[in-house]
Amino acid sequence: MVMRKLFVPMLVITAAMFAYSPIAIANAPYESTMRLVQKIFYYHFPAWMALTVSVTVCTVASAVYLFKGNARADRIAAAAAEITVIFGLFGLVSGSLWGRKAWGVWWQWDARLTMAFLLELIFFGYILVRNYGGPGAEKLAAAMGIFGGATAPFVYKSVDWWRTVHPKTSVMTTLGETSPQMWYVVWFCTFTILLFMGLLLAARIRLEEQRATLDRLYLEAED
Amino acid sequence: MLRRISLALVTFMLVGVTAFAQPPQGGSPDGFVPLSSLPPGEEMPAAPFVVGAYAFFLLLMLFYLWTIWNRLSKVERDLKEFERRHGGATR
Amino acid sequence: MRFLRIAWLVLRKDVAIELRSYEILSTTLFFAVACVAIFSFAFVREGQAPVDAAAGILWIAIAFSGTLALGRTFERERYGETLKALLLAPAPRPAIYLGKLLGIVALLFATEVIVVPMVAFLFSAPFFSRPGLLVALLGLGTIGYAAVGTLFAAMLVRARTRDVMLPILLYPITIPVIIAGVRGTSALLASPVDEPVAMLWIGLLSFFDVVFVTLSLWTFEPLMTE
Repeated sequence: MVMRKLFVPMLVITAAMFAYSPIAIANAPYESTMRLVQKIFYYHFPAWMALTVSVTVCTVASAVYLFKGNARADRIAAAAAEITVIFGLFGLVSGSLWGRKAWGVWWQWDARLTMAFLLELIFFGYILVRNYGGPGAEKLAAAMGIFGGATAPFVYKSVDWWRTVHPKTSVMTTLGETSPQMWYVVWFCTFTILLFMGLLLAARIRLEEQRATLDRLYLEAED
Repeated sequence: MLRRISLALVTFMLVGVTAFAQPPQGGSPDGFVPLSSLPPGEEMPAAPFVVGAYAFFLLLMLFYLWTIWNRLSKVERDLKEFERRHGGATR
Repeated sequence: MRFLRIAWLVLRKDVAIELRSYEILSTTLFFAVACVAIFSFAFVREGQAPVDAAAGILWIAIAFSGTLALGRTFERERYGETLKALLLAPAPRPAIYLGKLLGIVALLFATEVIVVPMVAFLFSAPFFSRPGLLVALLGLGTIGYAAVGTLFAAMLVRARTRDVMLPILLYPITIPVIIAGVRGTSALLASPVDEPVAMLWIGLLSFFDVVFVTLSLWTFEPLMTE
């Protein structure tokens, strides 16, 4: 119940940070070659970071559910999977918009994009399995979560292994030296979106818990 | 309570995006390139993409928040309904 | 040693059943051939298909017919409730998984023995210029695909919606394997053969295999416990 007490103050902080983030983004210096369109990066990168966190949460919670039979972990995994799909959707769309300007195409079948698309598919499949899998679907979904989590590192590393048009992961480490101002804004936005994701997760878990309570009550009433 | 907070959050985000939708006027001296000094072919087409991306974020998150609250209030309504019918004895 | 012996016994049981009717092998093979025919219509222009298409068609045929084989194999187990009996046996569950996996892999290899020469013949694709690399790609790709497929098909035996759920679960997770297979095989079709690229994909395939087989062996036990 710590979560419930913290929810409101965190919400206020997140909202304030969200309100400030456009100002910070507008004031960040222009990137030398891509100019204005590079500003998509300030939400694009944080969205993928949020997705990384939610995928990790989903995978770990799935494994805990599978091996310990902990129903709470299952609910956390279900919530995290849905949030993964939402952030993945934004990441893909924002990346596509950026790509249209920077590469001239909406979509490019290169390593990073293909793998990110796959990750989105896997977690969409997770939700489908959960909703339509019938009895025992939780375990199927948990397996999906674990295997999905196993693919995630490939998405991250794919740009370093294969020749691709997408920037490499080293972009973030060099950015701190080349343009500290941009670097600060990026991390400010990342922190904001991670907080927001945490709140979404908390709200979504709450929904899952209430549903479980309702189910339990119905079952008890039947007995 | 939650509804009111969500409303506040939404307003904050809306305010934030409108602030961003105004392109930065002028510029500070520290390496900031004013919009007007960019080559014309460069700055024109980029803006819709940037605004589009941020607008999509806003819309997507609003939609998702709406679905969560929708589902949550439905479940909570069902819980209340259940308690009313069973005299609140089970809880 | 007991572990391997149990896996071997499960495999022998599956092979013995299959050899009595050849039902799954023949239907899978027919389906794979039909797949090749259908996909060739999509790519053939003026009587000739682009050589690159052969790799893609081959792997799509393997993946689709693999789904069919997986479904049929476990459907057979479900009919006689034999999977339940198998799981009740005092044997380590991962050994049972390994036995089933080997059975599926053997089935798919048998299909490939026919389908690969057929695709090579129909598309005049020089698959066999580097037989070692081709065998490595096909072998590793099939194992990776079957590893995930066996796990999910086994889990789905209990589910009501197994026919729909198998592709939904299986395809997104195994697409990396299919990509690696297709890319590696089309590197073999290039002239001259692009050996470093083929090796890169073989390396990735082995990596996927290790990850998928380990995860499957690890999760099979809790997944199959009611």
